[in-house]
Amino acid sequence: MATIKATNTRSGGVFAFLQNPLYAGIFIIVYIMLSLGILISLDRASTLFPLLSMVFFPPFVLAPFVVMASGLSGKIKLGIIAYQLLFMLPVLGIFDSAYLELAIQICIFAGLALGLNIVVGFAGLLDLGYIAFFAVGAYIWAMFTSPIETVFTVGNLTVSANWFYGFIFFGVLAAGIAGILLGLPVLRLRGDYLAIVTLGFGEIIRIVANNLGSPTNITNGSQGLDTVSRPSADFLHPIIEFLERRLNQPVANVEPLAYQLLFYFIAIVMIVVIIVIARRLENSPIGRAWTAIREDETAAIAMGVPLTRMKLMAFASGAAFAGALGVLYAAKQTFVSPESFSLIQSISILAMVIVGGLGGIRGVLLGGVVVTLLNLLVLKNLSLQINAWKNVDAVVPGWFIILFAVIIGLALLYFAWRSIQNALKRSEGWISYIVPAIMALLGIYVAISSFGAQDFPIANWPSQLEPARYERLVFGVLLVLMMIFRPGGLLPEPRRKMEMADAKAEQNAVVAAAGD
Amino acid sequence: MANILEVNDLIKTFGGLTAVKNVSLNVPEGSISAIIGPNGAGKTTFFNLLTGIYKPDSGKINFAGRSLLGLRPDQVCKAGVSRTFQNIRLFPGMTALENVMVGMHPRLKVNMLTAIFGFGGFGKQEDHVRDKSSELLRFVGLGGKGDEVSRNLPYGDQRRLEIARALASDPKLILLDEPTAGMNPQESEAAMQLFRRIRDEKGVTVVLIEHDMKVVMGISEYISVLDYGEKIAAGSPADIRANSRVVEAYLGRRAAEEGAKA
Repeated sequence: MATIKATNTRSGGVFAFLQNPLYAGIFIIVYIMLSLGILISLDRASTLFPLLSMVFFPPFVLAPFVVMASGLSGKIKLGIIAYQLLFMLPVLGIFDSAYLELAIQICIFAGLALGLNIVVGFAGLLDLGYIAFFAVGAYIWAMFTSPIETVFTVGNLTVSANWFYGFIFFGVLAAGIAGILLGLPVLRLRGDYLAIVTLGFGEIIRIVANNLGSPTNITNGSQGLDTVSRPSADFLHPIIEFLERRLNQPVANVEPLAYQLLFYFIAIVMIVVIIVIARRLENSPIGRAWTAIREDETAAIAMGVPLTRMKLMAFASGAAFAGALGVLYAAKQTFVSPESFSLIQSISILAMVIVGGLGGIRGVLLGGVVVTLLNLLVLKNLSLQINAWKNVDAVVPGWFIILFAVIIGLALLYFAWRSIQNALKRSEGWISYIVPAIMALLGIYVAISSFGAQDFPIANWPSQLEPARYERLVFGVLLVLMMIFRPGGLLPEPRRKMEMADAKAEQNAVVAAAGD
Repeated sequence: MANILEVNDLIKTFGGLTAVKNVSLNVPEGSISAIIGPNGAGKTTFFNLLTGIYKPDSGKINFAGRSLLGLRPDQVCKAGVSRTFQNIRLFPGMTALENVMVGMHPRLKVNMLTAIFGFGGFGKQEDHVRDKSSELLRFVGLGGKGDEVSRNLPYGDQRRLEIARALASDPKLILLDEPTAGMNPQESEAAMQLFRRIRDEKGVTVVLIEHDMKVVMGISEYISVLDYGEKIAAGSPADIRANSRVVEAYLGRRAAEEGAKA
């Protein structure tokens, strides 16, 4: 029986060769080795360091996605990814622990994106206050272990740091309960209304944390809780010392590196657990019920899907992930304050989910990695790079300015030409030609006015135009462009193919026919 | 034959409009019955009252010996009353098979821990869900189309898929809201056969709202007629055909009088 299968869109284009296991294997190994080699050989003191690390670190972290997209067999894929994440990245961390820190942040945010994806992507419940659950997890650990005197730590009696692993479960539990508490009053709301209420909830948690400093000190108010305990990382010291010797790369201070390594491994374990749980939920009656609710709530309830229960499950499980990650975050930062849980964080996480591809686990993971890289590495390093150039009195050569202006001008002319052609094709009125005409004139102006440009010392760059001030703007523009050109996200949710079920059904049909 | 559904004096008003007025109705177990009436007569509202989507102002609904009043739609479905919709309401982005699998929800053990850790017969249950859903697809004549996204199915297939989804919850009573709307005569004929098979092979009592008189007269054992929210007639197809109030409701008073004279 011929059925139309959803076409696999991932394997097309330039990366088609990745479908051949042999080429893919060679390419991936060379690619990972090369990017690691370059990253290790970068010199932090060099002027170009921010630019180079910004260019070479993302491909290195994104390697697992390339592996996943390749035609290698499942076990080999898993092996390469495990090798890269569990060995190569820590090695890179020994050379430069900033990368390890970045990797931890990426894991935390990607994990949050996966958690939010359960609520927004699977069940279709728009949640703008997701960071609140992260805050609950973080505060749970911080309140019990910070030496600052709160109701939980009377007389400097704090919970032992080794309780950390147990508190991950408390964080899960507390955030899950918070998720249900948020879920209960908003069950009847849909779409926009739900978004507004969850936004309010997120702010309430933050403000409550801000105000519970007095008269009874629970959260230490806006000053936050510091010196939060970290679980012991002593057992990693021998490993680091061993790597130090083997790599001939002395580490200045073993202790902070050991902590970072520990948190990195915990973060990786958490991500793996979250992925496994999310996948299992997706392929269970619960996941199907969520999809049904997302697609048609009325039909879902009429088919016997209990809306209340399923929605609460979505809120609770999404929140639970955030709770676990919150505990990790508090321990890693050793400092928790309400400022870390602002609305912009909730929106960032939502952006990761949407940029990656709402509903698909792999896509959301990619979205989390890409957006976090953008936020914490690319935009930051652009500012750093310009400052570095300023410090060495670098100049932008005149010919480069002219070249750049001419390229921009030609691009504008090209777009103007395209839209004029389109307008001609549809024989539209004169009004459709105004914008292309302006674009064309602008293009010509930009190109011509650049002629005779002098060398431009970067030190003269106006401080109002410093990229650090425009990080959010650039971020926003990239999101807008992204949504225009790939509205479904980087990896749109692939239509699940149920070939197995179909094959089974056909097999049964054959058996039944033979029995007749 | 015992009545599987007994409705007494059901009333529903929307503001000043009484959509369903004192409707009483009995459905014998194992029968195929129809509810007919002009547009806006309150037929779909009646279905919505039965399935808990609307709450009646007063009246009684007894199904298989228990009251359905105050139950949520999902509880009604679990109790054994399943339905389809007048405007097809499938889950458009899900495949045909997934649609039916969702329909099985009220008969499944839904537990987060078993889903995550895979114990407690979870895998077995999933296999069962798949097998039974594929079997239902074959029952309604959609065998082999399980992988197609339901949005892409042709209209008639979507109607049949909706029936398969409704059957997935193992109902005792299935309510079909205009199941042959928009079908050509051949398709209607096939649909009628399907309705008979639902009753005969699955043992499910069928109640349908229908405008196509050929289908109504051809298949139903009992017919109830609603007009302006009131039940104006009930009985066998022959009784209904001869009932002057029914003719009046459909064609207007003068036509009915002329018909009586002629």
